[in-house]
Amino acid sequence: MQEHLIFRFDVDGEDFTSAGQASVHVKKNLRQIGIDPETIRRVSIAMYEGEINMVIHAGGGVAEVHVYDEYIEIILDDRGPGISDIDKAMQEGYSTASDNIRSLGFGAGMGLPNMKKNTDKLDIFSTVGVGTKIVMRVNYKN
Amino acid sequence: MNVQELIKVADLNIVTLPSPEREVEGAYIGDLLSWVMGRACENNAWITIMSNSNIVAVATLADVSCIILAEGVTPDEGVTETAESKGVNILSSPKSAYEIAKALFKSGL
Ligand SMILES: Nc1ncnc2c1ncn2[C@@H]1O[C@H](COP(=O)(O)OP(=O)(O)OP(=O)(O)O)[C@@H](O)[C@H]1O
Ligand SMILES: [Mg+2]
Repeated sequence: MQEHLIFRFDVDGEDFTSAGQASVHVKKNLRQIGIDPETIRRVSIAMYEGEINMVIHAGGGVAEVHVYDEYIEIILDDRGPGISDIDKAMQEGYSTASDNIRSLGFGAGMGLPNMKKNTDKLDIFSTVGVGTKIVMRVNYKN
Repeated sequence: MNVQELIKVADLNIVTLPSPEREVEGAYIGDLLSWVMGRACENNAWITIMSNSNIVAVATLADVSCIILAEGVTPDEGVTETAESKGVNILSSPKSAYEIAKALFKSGL
């Protein structure tokens, strides 16, 4: 396999207030290596939603960003409860977030739809009681 | 118009202003974070009543030029410092989101 850049983060599932830090880091790093702004924006939005989902629904996990020549791949892997009905979870407005989490501004049920909208490829592998792995791909503009 | 100028013409209070020169184009009003992530545009002023630290990450990632806290809301502990260190402008106003939006419109935004 060709050498490529990888960013890797352990996403803490305890701290709701500092959630999103991995995505903020990635955005900064992508800017530094000169990725186009539109691609950075799409990666930022998609990764943030996935990162937040790991924090609020799965007790944390691991986030990886792979920078290839043709596209950027975001991989989110958790050992949370899993998603029993992925089609339902993908629907705008569907959320199982608690009142506590909603009071922070989460739980609109728009995270997965945002991930779909801002990526060129989205694959969700989930097993109830085992965990969820999400692989997203964003092609560079042009 | 930049954020510094917007503060003057729309009569906003400064909570923290680490990036006064940022351009402002249009506004987005919302409190549900994934709506803001999905719908706010780059360089929008984001009007909200959410005060917890997640607003700083959202503002950074959605590329808004400032957060305007409506209804006299004040940021939770530590939020101002985080915003300052990340270069995120936070402004505030005792007015409602509607009144703030009206003021932005009148100021030519
Ligand atoms: N990593 C995950 N592990 C377990 N369940 C998940 C995970 N990600 C999403 N879900 C489930 O899918 C639902 C929909 O996710 P989505 O991100 O669209 O909305 P939300 O997180 O509830 O709210 P929002 O993202 O708008 O703040 C969640 O409420 C949750 O039930
Ligand atoms: Mg979500």
